[in-house]
Amino acid sequence: MTLLDVENLWVKFPSRHGVFDAVRGVSFTLGKERLGIVGESGSGKSLTGRAILKLIRPPGIMTADRISLEGDDLMPKSERDMQAVRGQRISMVMQDPKFSLNPVMTIGEQIMEAYQLHNAVGKKAAFAKAVEMLEAVSIRDAPRVMRAYPHEMSGGMGQRIMIAMMLIPNPQILIADEPTSALDVSVQRQVLDIMDNLVKERGMGLIFISHDLNLVADFCDRVLIMYAGRIVEVCDADKLREAKHPYTQGLLNSLPRLDEPCARLQVLKRDPAWSEAPSVSGRI
Amino acid sequence: MAMANNNGGARDRAPFPPWILTTLRTIGSIAVTMLGLMFITFIIGRVMPIDPVLAIVGEQASKSTYDAAYQQLGLDRPVLVQFFYYVWDVLHGDFGDSLLNARPVVEDIKRVFPATMELATLGVTMGIVLGVPLGVIAAVKRGSWIDQIARVVALVGYSMPIFWLGLMGLLIFYGILGWVGGPGRVGIFYVDVVPSVTGMILIDSILDRNWEVFKNAFSHIVLPASILGYYSLAYISRMTRSFMLEQMSAEYIVTARVKGMSESAVIWRHAFKNIRVQLITVIALSYANLLEGSVLTEIIFSWPGIGSYITTALLSADMNAVLGGTVVVGLVFVLLNIFSDLLYKVFDPRAK
Repeated sequence: MTLLDVENLWVKFPSRHGVFDAVRGVSFTLGKERLGIVGESGSGKSLTGRAILKLIRPPGIMTADRISLEGDDLMPKSERDMQAVRGQRISMVMQDPKFSLNPVMTIGEQIMEAYQLHNAVGKKAAFAKAVEMLEAVSIRDAPRVMRAYPHEMSGGMGQRIMIAMMLIPNPQILIADEPTSALDVSVQRQVLDIMDNLVKERGMGLIFISHDLNLVADFCDRVLIMYAGRIVEVCDADKLREAKHPYTQGLLNSLPRLDEPCARLQVLKRDPAWSEAPSVSGRI
Repeated sequence: MAMANNNGGARDRAPFPPWILTTLRTIGSIAVTMLGLMFITFIIGRVMPIDPVLAIVGEQASKSTYDAAYQQLGLDRPVLVQFFYYVWDVLHGDFGDSLLNARPVVEDIKRVFPATMELATLGVTMGIVLGVPLGVIAAVKRGSWIDQIARVVALVGYSMPIFWLGLMGLLIFYGILGWVGGPGRVGIFYVDVVPSVTGMILIDSILDRNWEVFKNAFSHIVLPASILGYYSLAYISRMTRSFMLEQMSAEYIVTARVKGMSESAVIWRHAFKNIRVQLITVIALSYANLLEGSVLTEIIFSWPGIGSYITTALLSADMNAVLGGTVVVGLVFVLLNIFSDLLYKVFDPRAK
């Protein structure tokens, strides 16, 4: 079943030297699956995520033929209508909990706020719901954590709190924008497992934005490879190592591997033709 | 397990609760700061090539009269001893007598300081009430016409000499339009009508329920206060704008938007909460500046405040008055600093 259908998405930034196209005509669909978007810095993967929420701020401009969420097109929606979509139907977890949590508000306030924005409930009910949600992301002593401030949390805890906060209104889609790249390797897996379980339990769609090819190959069902604002290749995650596009191959070959040691890693050689080639469709 | 707990408890038990230590430390730092300030001002007063004795007895006095006054002022003792006595007196609320009018300096300061405080408080309040929202809007609507207007308003505030603005204000609003009262704190008919409780006429007239005096005093204070308010508005709005710009590009703002929050809630509930601490510093600084730096305004508006008091005292080498005034202004600075430190702890959980 298709949750999200994106058709011909563009994100542009006008500058003094003309318009810079950051995302150039991307199309893909998302079902109840884990869709990875990989690419280097500046490939447009994060902006694609934010554009789905219509969170491209001026002077940036976004256009799309259609961004439909279960048949409901988001493009004509007003900012006010989008506020009902954000959080409640599509949500996003960002890279570093150190920056993505408000430093002067308690964790409880922030989680309860996320819930109460979309549910007309009192403080007590919201508190109970928030504690329940914190427990669902394996936070011990949740009532105490509710009163704590973000700086008192470790990175792994912070990111689990972010996940709790973003899932509490029960959205259908979660966009995870590099959710583990700011975390210690030792807690990355734990955070991913928690996120994965919740997404599965709730029958959600997950867009997993990352530059970590190995992680995406392990974790996702399907992968879009983006380069210079376009999708250059689409493949199943378990077939990522057999990817055909020279850019994907280049990325894979520039990673050191324990099972195939080599003296010198390959340097990625870019072909200008890649960025000119039309975008591959990520639709099913 | 019980043993471990006991040990932990014993280690945690400090001789004093932490708040006592903090308070002691604060009082200590006030004492050191004030002592240093007094010492420096005192020494400057003593090494200045002016003879306070001559100022009292006059040029024509005989040698014996001169010597008597010299001894009476205690100038025959070593400077450090003099300083010690001075500090002793100050601790007993005695700044000495003014050399000019022979009145206790404390009495003068009790009269002039509330006048300045009234003016500065009203001024900084205007600066906050208008400057903070202006700064926030300018940051949120960066590059819009309102941002441009805010920029011009602040630029004029920064660059226009205050005496010119004051004179023009008087000319237009008092001289031509007659909307406001002229120089001084109240009209001549209202001087000393209400009993002085706080020394601030606006408050005293409210306490006395004398609305006529209140109206008159208000018509006198509104122009100088607006001019001071304009200066603090210029500073406060610019600083607010740059603090807000910094916060609005932070990641937690994106988080708040992703949650589905309205933009005004994002601005006031999330971003603004994060600039409170910085804003407090700016406002405290601005207030302190108005409390000691409004000399020109006070002179133009014949406002009998502490700025013009210290300036007059300086020009006539009335060192007791200068010292007294400096100590009071210094104390105000120190207290405002402590006050803003306290507010930090309230508003920033990381400062605890």
